Amino acid sequence: MSGPSTYEPQSGFTRWLDTRLPILRLAHDTMTTFPTPRNLNFWYAFGAILTAMLGIQIVTGIVLAMHYVPNSTMAFDSVENIMRDVNYGWLLRYMHANGASFFFLAVYVHIFRGLYYGSYKAPREVLWILGVIIYVLMIITAFMGYVLPWGQMSFWAATVITNLFSSFDQLSHLVNPHWNVGTTIAYWIWGDFGVSNATLNRFFSLHNLLPFVIAGVVGLHIWALHVPGNNNPLGIDVKGPQDTVPFHPYYTVKDLWILSMFLIVYAVVVFYLPDILGNPDNYTPANPLVTPPDIVPDWYLLPFYAMLRSIPQKLFGVLTLFGALAILVFIPWLDRSYVRSARFRPVFKIFFWVFVVNALLLGYLGSQSVDATFFGTGIPDVLLARCATAYYYAFFLLIMPFLPLFETTRPLPATIATAVLGNKAAE
Amino acid sequence: MRIALGASLGLAAFLGLTFAALADTVTTLPALPPKDVSWSFDGPFGHYDRAALQRGFQVYKEVCSACHSLNRVAFHTLDEPGGPGFTEAQAKAIAAGYKIPDEPNDQNKGQLYDSSGNRVTRAGTIADYFPPPFPNEPAARAANNGALPPDLSIIEKARAGGASYVFSILTGFGQTPPAGFTVLANKYYNPYFDGRNISMPPPLTDGSVTFSDGTKATVEQEAQDVVTFLAWAGEPKMEERKRLGFGVIAFLLVFSGLLYLSYRKIWHDKH
Repeated sequence: MSGPSTYEPQSGFTRWLDTRLPILRLAHDTMTTFPTPRNLNFWYAFGAILTAMLGIQIVTGIVLAMHYVPNSTMAFDSVENIMRDVNYGWLLRYMHANGASFFFLAVYVHIFRGLYYGSYKAPREVLWILGVIIYVLMIITAFMGYVLPWGQMSFWAATVITNLFSSFDQLSHLVNPHWNVGTTIAYWIWGDFGVSNATLNRFFSLHNLLPFVIAGVVGLHIWALHVPGNNNPLGIDVKGPQDTVPFHPYYTVKDLWILSMFLIVYAVVVFYLPDILGNPDNYTPANPLVTPPDIVPDWYLLPFYAMLRSIPQKLFGVLTLFGALAILVFIPWLDRSYVRSARFRPVFKIFFWVFVVNALLLGYLGSQSVDATFFGTGIPDVLLARCATAYYYAFFLLIMPFLPLFETTRPLPATIATAVLGNKAAE
Repeated sequence: MRIALGASLGLAAFLGLTFAALADTVTTLPALPPKDVSWSFDGPFGHYDRAALQRGFQVYKEVCSACHSLNRVAFHTLDEPGGPGFTEAQAKAIAAGYKIPDEPNDQNKGQLYDSSGNRVTRAGTIADYFPPPFPNEPAARAANNGALPPDLSIIEKARAGGASYVFSILTGFGQTPPAGFTVLANKYYNPYFDGRNISMPPPLTDGSVTFSDGTKATVEQEAQDVVTFLAWAGEPKMEERKRLGFGVIAFLLVFSGLLYLSYRKIWHDKH
């Protein structure tokens, strides 16, 4: 797509097809000859890993949907039936439930890689925004999937999350005290006056639909990638053919190798620790009359949960949570540095790693009960969570725009080839 | 009427709490962490101990099943690979020992209740599931001082601590509560249970079953066996899972090695 096509049809049929639907040309140009920077490292394989995980989730999900019953009186039993009586049902379900976790693990590596190497900067803003859209769709899809087994944690997580919308009442009350816009939204989502069978039905329907929407946006994401081409660990533009290699076989083999190692870790969890990322309460059928002592989301949403809980005012907490996702869209314009890669930004690099630790800290705090103190030190978790939330926002709103005014960046190499090959490039 | 009842209940609860506070005792304490026990089914190569599964089944049948259902376990799984290893004939005999509510058929002429109004039953077959001890939740609560004995099919997956937690509960009775802790009426002290007031009376005693294989039926032994049985009940495909996982991971290791070699070969002049 970038540059003229080098595809030459080899047979009569492909010549015929090429003048009617150049789909083989598209495949050739995007997956074979596509010029790719020669210096992409380990972390760049996670795009391919994410594509594979989306495929695994869709395939296992479609088969699970053949056996699952989206009804509040039968859902839990149907999942146990899948575990016991469906051929390899246990494998499908453990692959799917843990697949969500590994999907998120890969997307977090992918996002942090993009932040570190400045992959969101011009001319890749649209590529980045499409990625944020995929991430938000993944969160919605995963949340709805978590509800489907209809265990205690399914039900109560659904109750907590959908009730976030009722906080918008406080906004509409500013206009008219009789307008309960938030509650109306919550009723509309539930299809009832609380989380119920109607909610389960629509969540099942949307949980089936959204993966295909994700797949569509992934198509746009890859399209937007192929216009400017890949960023790279040096963050400098490709200057000529000496800087690139064809995607195939160089990156097909490298991505497959790293994907295969990723799948080993995935297989260890699926086959030997299948419940380690789950919550035991979700093996108890949903009971609207019994609230579990601690309602927690799956690990990949814990940082946002910690933010929500750290704010004492409900509406402000909800806005903090949604804002933490929305702010990602504006990163291309918040970061004012002309240097893309953190390799050449010594101060930004420190703030970046603090941001990573901060995100992990938020995740840990989100997993603890509300009134806990930090490892028994007497520092209340909620106070730490507030500080960590403040740093999350400060990273985007203060450090990204204003750090470039003070930071002395290191000199950039002339080309990728000279940086990678050193003297060999001249030969 | 209902409001008055609610109000008087609320008042009673309030007074109850007040008196508890006045007496300066507590009725709830955090649970101890489960005992550290190792199991035959732990680890990547762990499997269920067949003899323990069969003894554990006996403990469930003769003790636990008086109050606890095992709704999700079918008799046919008793002779399936990875399970207790009963023969098909044994599984059929076990099933036949249970009475299952009958379906409409020629024998009962579609009449599901006999002349006294009791549900017509038939002998269990291998396709049936373990029948529950109580017909419904109110009946279960009425027979247990208001407490509901949970279904045991996936109990070890539904509790943090899993097998060791259930073992700790079963062997955690008979200890003296700390000073100032009040054991409530119809409750028992068990330090491994959340709050430490448990509704279940101590279920196991030395010799509460007689094992046909000559194993001495101590409380520890019975608990260990029934915990193994319940681990299988919750995760009947565990052995198949671990076996398949071994093959999958072995394949992926070899595959990754080959891909790495291919990667080195393809990239050798590009670094």
